[in-house]
Amino acid sequence: MTDVAIRCEGLAKQYRIGERESYKTLRDVITDAFASPLRRLRSALGHSSNGSASSEKPNIWALNDVSFEIKRGEVVGIIGRNGAGKSTLLKILSRITEPTDGHADIWGRVGSLLEVGTGFHPELTGRDNIFLNGAILGMRRSEIARKFDEIVAFAEVERFIDTPVKRYSSGMYVRLAFAVAAQMETEILLVDEVLAVGDAQFQKKCFEKFRQISTGGRAILFVSHNMAALRTVCQNAIVLDHGGVIDRGEVNSAVDRYLSRLNGESGAVQTVETNSFLIEEVLVTSSEGPIIKTFDDIEIRIKFTSKVDIREPGLYVGIRTLENQRIAGLDFRDFQTAPLIHAGETVEMGFRVTEIPFLPGDYELELHLKDMAEHRIEIVPCAYPFQIAETPIYGARKLDSWFGHVGLNAVSILKQNRSKPDSSSMAACE
Amino acid sequence: MSDTFTEEPLSRAVSATSAERSEPPHTRIEPSKGWISLGLKDLWQYRELLFFLTWRDIKVRYKQTALGAAWAVIQPLFTMLVFTLFFGRLAKVPSDGIPYPLFTYAALLPWQLFAYALSESSNSVVANERLITKVYFPRLFVPLASILAGLVDFVIAFTLVIGMMVWYGVRPTWAVLTLPFFVIFTMVTALGVGLWLSALNVQYRDVRYTLTFIVQFWLIASPVAYSSTLVPARWRALYGLNPMAGVIQGFRWALLGKTQAPGAMLWVSMVVVAVVLVGGLYYYRHMEKTFADVI
Repeated sequence: MTDVAIRCEGLAKQYRIGERESYKTLRDVITDAFASPLRRLRSALGHSSNGSASSEKPNIWALNDVSFEIKRGEVVGIIGRNGAGKSTLLKILSRITEPTDGHADIWGRVGSLLEVGTGFHPELTGRDNIFLNGAILGMRRSEIARKFDEIVAFAEVERFIDTPVKRYSSGMYVRLAFAVAAQMETEILLVDEVLAVGDAQFQKKCFEKFRQISTGGRAILFVSHNMAALRTVCQNAIVLDHGGVIDRGEVNSAVDRYLSRLNGESGAVQTVETNSFLIEEVLVTSSEGPIIKTFDDIEIRIKFTSKVDIREPGLYVGIRTLENQRIAGLDFRDFQTAPLIHAGETVEMGFRVTEIPFLPGDYELELHLKDMAEHRIEIVPCAYPFQIAETPIYGARKLDSWFGHVGLNAVSILKQNRSKPDSSSMAACE
Repeated sequence: MSDTFTEEPLSRAVSATSAERSEPPHTRIEPSKGWISLGLKDLWQYRELLFFLTWRDIKVRYKQTALGAAWAVIQPLFTMLVFTLFFGRLAKVPSDGIPYPLFTYAALLPWQLFAYALSESSNSVVANERLITKVYFPRLFVPLASILAGLVDFVIAFTLVIGMMVWYGVRPTWAVLTLPFFVIFTMVTALGVGLWLSALNVQYRDVRYTLTFIVQFWLIASPVAYSSTLVPARWRALYGLNPMAGVIQGFRWALLGKTQAPGAMLWVSMVVVAVVLVGGLYYYRHMEKTFADVI
């Protein structure tokens, strides 16, 4: 008897760029059919030099030569930035899509939870959807019937069980969906970001359920951007980047390495040029350690070379979310470090921000370099990513992006008969 | 023949010997090459899902409509009235000695089943995009379930024809025993064509727009409003190339007994359907591995 649950060898998946976004219409095919012989003819006649690169559809490898092994009872987190191949990997292992190359061996039934509420039909009642969703996830009817009460109780929707789910609040919907999925008893479970649902109390319940599942000797692959969740739930982690495995190991050290690599990279963007400046390096660091935590003091440093004389240098730094929402900005004149910059001179400007209040998540810096004397403003045509990795713990739960982007320091004024009546707490706003 | 996902047949047998912790089933995931199997084992394992998908399609069909399941009767009933007025009364289309309303309604039953099953199955894969990109199950169930769901409409509409037969005093003959065959044949025909169109629809959304025309032309080319005896006898076998011609003629014969048995036409239809179905199954299986990427 083998104790291996999943073994991947050289797994690879190729996508044609654009394949996912657009579907072809027959007209495209017909025009292609007429155009491509012409193109081929032209390239045969030696006109290939300019046209061939653009006419051929480029392929990207969403996964490339991925090999790993996961044992029974092992809970493994999959970490990586967007587009690193995490979801593609889960899709291949759950047989939704086929690999282009390599193979994976799986011992046991696979349950996949790539989305909460897959196959829920809005017109059907909660009761109907439990059975439908259960069947879609691969459960037997008898199995669902046996667990029906447990599912309803877990989801806390007893009163609405015969109401169509289109009348549910989004919270109820998600709770019901997760409750069904949590009942899957497959030997292998593939989970993609589903714990990021529901209110705080329900999330805690989900974590609890999750830990319960994992102690039953089942292998779990868990994709998440929530580092705190990964640290709690997983033992080990696999780090993906550009479709390949770049790291694998114990979860805490793997997450640390991943985060410091991310932060290291935020400065490693190559030189960017504007009309009068060459921006060589932009660094965001925490004065507390390798990763940035909420309420850390951070330093933002910009190293650049000016092509012209700057009499009155100025700097604007905006902080945006990845959804392009600007959440903070600083306009800055730094006379002390750079009162005058001569053409060709390389200088470093920067400042320290104390107690940066942002909650864990990915953020971007936008930069404008200015000469106030000339009223010249030059926008740096590139954003510099950085990540807030963790946040101080409050109570049983960590604050994350669910609470918005800004963490607030708050103190409880509720008098209670507890041992520590003045325990400080934290709340958050969007 | 290399199956995309081969399961070791032994894995189940082991469970009998090693009582509690048996060797779990082994699955290999790899790029499929060469011939594709139909994955019958998978279909069997997931058979309950087919039931649930069909059940869902049925339950949802008349949700939030005022007339509900009455629609299943209204559609063929009004088509019958229009056909009776224009083809029966005005154009005086011969109806093989059967009252024209009954004659055309008996044909509309399999026709509506077919038209419904064809359009629903052709759009089914695209309509279930969320399912297909998020969870694995045998993809064949998607068009299959939408076809099976059409049976409910058929059964409801069928009750009316019984009333009409009593009204016109038409007595069924022993041929009525073949009726289930023609019902199944109607659905198999729809499945054969539906498999092709649903898989094509994933890549080319043109299918959706073409479908209206296909159904319209097909209705005219089938003996719904007229009798297939209008077609000269020597061309009739050729007419069977339209499988619905064989089905409808056969259905009418099975139900009403008086018209001509379909004969050679039906055999031609059966061969055509067999070819379309087998081709459709393999085409569908071949395309389904890219459904999630392309849809």
